[in-house]
Amino acid sequence: MNTTTTSEYLGISSRDAFGKQLIALAKENPKIVALTADLASSTRLVEFGKEFPERMFNMGIAEQNMMGAAAGLALVGKIPFVCTFAAFASMRACEQARTDVAYNDLPVRICASHSGIGLAAGGSTHHSLEDLSIFRGMPGMTVLVPADSIQAASLVRAIIHLKGPSYLRLSRATEPTVYQEEKEFTIGKADVLKTGKDLTIMAVGGMVGYALKAIESLEKDGLSVGLMNVYSLKPLDRQAIANAARGSAAVLTVEEHNIVGGLGSAVAEVLAEEGISVKFKRHGILDHFTTSAPYEDLIHYYKLDAEGIAETARQFLK
Amino acid sequence: MDSEKIKELKRMAVHIREDVVRTSRDCSEGVHVGGSLSMAEILSVLFFEVANVDPKNPKWEERDRIVLSKGHGNVGFSAAMARRGFFDLQLLSRFDMLDAPLSMHVDKHRMPGVEISSGSLGHGLPISVGIALGGKLDKANWKVYCILGDGELMEGSVWEAAMSAPHYKLDNLTAIVDRNQFSLDGPTETIMALEPLDKKFTDFGWFVLEADGHSVEDLLKAFNTPTPTGKPKVILANTVKGKGVSFIENTTGSHFARFKPEQAEQALNDLEKVLAEIG
Repeated sequence: MNTTTTSEYLGISSRDAFGKQLIALAKENPKIVALTADLASSTRLVEFGKEFPERMFNMGIAEQNMMGAAAGLALVGKIPFVCTFAAFASMRACEQARTDVAYNDLPVRICASHSGIGLAAGGSTHHSLEDLSIFRGMPGMTVLVPADSIQAASLVRAIIHLKGPSYLRLSRATEPTVYQEEKEFTIGKADVLKTGKDLTIMAVGGMVGYALKAIESLEKDGLSVGLMNVYSLKPLDRQAIANAARGSAAVLTVEEHNIVGGLGSAVAEVLAEEGISVKFKRHGILDHFTTSAPYEDLIHYYKLDAEGIAETARQFLK
Repeated sequence: MDSEKIKELKRMAVHIREDVVRTSRDCSEGVHVGGSLSMAEILSVLFFEVANVDPKNPKWEERDRIVLSKGHGNVGFSAAMARRGFFDLQLLSRFDMLDAPLSMHVDKHRMPGVEISSGSLGHGLPISVGIALGGKLDKANWKVYCILGDGELMEGSVWEAAMSAPHYKLDNLTAIVDRNQFSLDGPTETIMALEPLDKKFTDFGWFVLEADGHSVEDLLKAFNTPTPTGKPKVILANTVKGKGVSFIENTTGSHFARFKPEQAEQALNDLEKVLAEIG
């Protein structure tokens, strides 16, 4: 990758990066097809549809049929990308994703936008706070959460090569930039951005960037705080998690997801199974349904912005 | 078609039924007899005449794709596939046992030559739509055949797919509804009325044909009737649940059963008579 010029993927949302990267890949690979359920615009497939009209299938507002049809397209050797909101990909088409796609071990790439509380004003019907838990529970499913647009583009390139199913969790809002230059990320690895003796924050998605800002504030208090981007939630980099936990006095997980079943649970499983006794806390949506407001207001309300993460960390370390 | 070939297809349907009966007798817990017996002619006609498949080369790219959406009919489906040569008929004797390749529902990972695992209802038509879309993209000559139960038409996902197939002009797709009139709890029209089924599919934009699902001639005619360009075809095959085994025909109890040896003997005697009549 060219690292001397500014990447076209820099500073946009992960869903925008997805849309751009998919077109670039589809120019090279005629097997790539895309399906959406009346959300081409929201999932950034409009340009793909203009460029490759015959390879773009708008299945209408019918997610179950879309997911099943994607399985069928994979069966005949296509490389299908299924694009809708995370809430609908994970819940409306859950059984099709699990049975048609995962059980049959088909390389369908489920790329879902508006994850977490991304469609903030939409409220709980459109918030997706269970998707990581749902997809993580499906055998063989790769579950990826890019921290920003640079990482999203890399992970879109990576999932092209998977032989089995995958879920790529994308954001409506532009995530804070974590990576300035293009680089390749390996599925199954975590990225250690900082190490810290007092606390390690393990985060996914946009929370990585907010945690990075939170750490600036925590460091002013004299704290040594590490940060790990756990972008590959499944397969999980158990070794990196264990190493960070052993080298830190405390671990805090941060996710724009219910604290039940997502990153926090995944990390807790590793800590328990590795016999690592460390002060531990899960931060995210605290197992309740969510209200609606503009995104910035909502992540502030739920203490998921930099200020909220810093405050949560301070309370935790008291 | 010559009359000997017709007779052969009729006999094959009876052999499939015999296999279902024997498996029902020999299995550990029971099999879905009713819906397997009802689709015996559909399977015979599809596997032995209509569909272009090669058991020696099951992944052959130009093959027609057969999707069993009513995955619980796997005992009948397995019998048809075994008799077509996809695997050894003896495998039916270990049906549902640990490590056996054949079981209650279709499992692609254990069962050679099938396109897709199925069992949960309402999944096969969406998958078939995807396969057909892929075929269209590749300008392929092969076709997709999707066997649906009538009970599963109660699933909303079937109608999502039914809406999308004409929208995408999938004239390479044929759905066959095994219209045996029963779902697990009872007659479909009592549980959740499906009729008028022909009108429903017609209104969704399908080319609709009805057939006597136990008449090889009638089924062949329906399969061979050309589809108008751009329209998917559905064959509403009127069948009898439990067909061929007199004591369970048209009964709710025929859905899932384990035959006692004396019941199996009676059923096999019934079927032997049918074979004799075919000649």
